[in-house]
Amino acid sequence: MQTLMILLLSLVLFCVIAVAFTKNLLTAAVVFMVQSLALSVVWVLLESPDLAITEAAVGAGIDSLLLFAALKKIHAIDAAAEADAGTEETPAGEEAAHGPNP
Amino acid sequence: MTFEHIPEIAAVILFGVGFTLLLIDRNLIKKIIGFSMTDSGMYLYLAAKGYVAGRKAPIVENGVTDAAAYINPVPAGLVLTGIVVSVACTAVMLALTVRLYKRYRTLNIDEIANLARKEDG
Amino acid sequence: MARIRDEHDGSRWSRLQRWLSEGDDPLDRDLIEAVDAPTPLPDAVPPVQPLKLWKVREEARRSHRIEKADRFLRILYVLSAVLVCAGIIGVLWLTTERLPSFGGVENPANNEVPAHYIEKGMEETGAVNIVAGMILDYRAFDTLGESNVLFVAACTVIILMRIRSGDPADRLAEDAGDGRYEPGEDSVLQVMAALIVPLVLVFGVYIVLNGHLSPGGGFSGGAVMGAALILYLNAYGSAKAGRFFTFRTFRTVSLVALSFYALSKAYSFFTGANELPSVITAGTPGRIFSAGLIPYLNIAVGLVVCCTMYALYTLFRKGDL
Repeated sequence: MQTLMILLLSLVLFCVIAVAFTKNLLTAAVVFMVQSLALSVVWVLLESPDLAITEAAVGAGIDSLLLFAALKKIHAIDAAAEADAGTEETPAGEEAAHGPNP
Repeated sequence: MTFEHIPEIAAVILFGVGFTLLLIDRNLIKKIIGFSMTDSGMYLYLAAKGYVAGRKAPIVENGVTDAAAYINPVPAGLVLTGIVVSVACTAVMLALTVRLYKRYRTLNIDEIANLARKEDG
Repeated sequence: MARIRDEHDGSRWSRLQRWLSEGDDPLDRDLIEAVDAPTPLPDAVPPVQPLKLWKVREEARRSHRIEKADRFLRILYVLSAVLVCAGIIGVLWLTTERLPSFGGVENPANNEVPAHYIEKGMEETGAVNIVAGMILDYRAFDTLGESNVLFVAACTVIILMRIRSGDPADRLAEDAGDGRYEPGEDSVLQVMAALIVPLVLVFGVYIVLNGHLSPGGGFSGGAVMGAALILYLNAYGSAKAGRFFTFRTFRTVSLVALSFYALSKAYSFFTGANELPSVITAGTPGRIFSAGLIPYLNIAVGLVVCCTMYALYTLFRKGDL
C-alpha cells in the first residue's frame, strides 16, 4: 500500500501546485475537485472510512459545487449588468470564468 | 532528509501552498480555494496522527473490543466535525465574494480596496 | 499623397518632431491610415470606439512605461510568493522530522482515552461504529455545536444573498440574469434525472440510517441527499423544485431537527449528571433501532445537513429559496 499512498499523495500535491499557477478560475475549481477526490481515497488508505465518505460527499461534492455556483452567479451578474447597459447580450460561449483579475 | 513521515510531509506542503495562496494571491476566489486547501492539509495531518500500523478501521467486527485491534478513533471524530465546518466557512466566504463583485465589479482585492477608499475619502 | 503610418513613425522627421513637441505630432491629424479594412470582431466583443490618433500615441507611450514597472513588480510578486511558501514549508518540514514515528503504537496520542472508547464503546453506547458512537454519544455536545455552525452559516448566506437593490429596473435585470440558467426541455437530462434521483435519495437515506453500524452517519448521508435534490433542481427547474422546498420547509425542518437534538441530549445530560435512571437503553448491537438515541440523532443531523446544502446551492443559483 505504500506505493499507492505515495502515488495518491503526489497527485494531491500536483493538483495543489496546479491550482496555484492557473489563471482560469474554472480550471482551478475543477482541479480542486480532483484534489478532494484523491484525498478521499487517501482517507481509505489511512483506515478511516467515515472520513472517506464524508470527504467524497462534502468535499468533492458540495464544496466544489458551491464554487461552480458562485462562478456562475458572477457571470449572471455580468450578463444582467450588460443587459441593463443596453449592449448586446453575449451567448453562453463567452470567455467563461476568466475572472477579471491579473 | 528521511522519508518516513510521508502523509505528514504532504500535509505540511498542502498547508504551506494553501496558506501562501490565501495570503498573497490577489484574486478572491483563489484566496477561498487556498483557505480550503489549508483546511485539507490540517485534516490530513490529524488523520495521520490517528493511524496505527497493522490495525483496522474502528468498526467492531465479530465482537472483538480489544484496544489493540483498532486504530485511534479520536482524531477521526475531530476531522469529521472539521470537514463540515470548513464547507460552512467556504459558503459564507463565497456569498461575501458575490456581494463584493456585485458592488465593485471586480475580483481583485487591491482594486476593491482602492475603490472603497475612494468612496470613503 | 498617402503615407503608411508606420513608415512615418520611423522616419527621422517624425522623430525630430516628436522630440521637439514632446508629445503631439501635428502631422498626425493629416495622415491617412492606409491599412486594410479592419477584420470584423466576433460578436462577443462590443465595437471599439475610434479614438483620435494622437491620443493613441500618447496612451502607447505612457503604457510602455507602466508596463515596465508592472513587469518588475510582477516578478517581485511571484518571487516573494515562492519565498514565503518555501519558508513555511521548510520550517514545518523540519518540525516533522522530530515527530514520533508514523503509525507507531507508542504514540502519545494513543493513551487511555481511545482505549476506553474502543473497549467500552460498544457496550455503553450500543453502536458498532465506534466513531459514530463517539461523536453522537460521548462527544455529542461538539456535534450540536457543529450543526449550529451549519445553521448559522445558512442564515448568513440567506441574509447576504437575499438583499435586492431598491431600483425595480435593477431587480428585473437581476432576475433576467439568474433566469438565463434555467433548464429548458432538456429531455436527456430529465430522463436520466428521473432514473438517478430516487436511487441517490435512497442511498442517502441508507447511509443516514446505518450510521451506527457501518461508516457513514448524518453528515455524509445528508450531503448525499442534498446532492440528489440539487440534481432534481438542475434537471427540472426552480418552478418544480419550489413545490416541495420553500423557505418555510427549510425553516421548519431545521428548527425541529435542531430542537429535537438539543432536547434529547439535554435529557441525557440531566439524567447522567444527577445519576437518575434514563429510559433510553443501549439495545442489542447490530440492529438498526439499537444504540439508544443515535439513529434518531443521525436522522436529525442528516435532515439539517440536507436542507442546508440544498439551500446554499439554491441561494447561489436563484438568489432566493
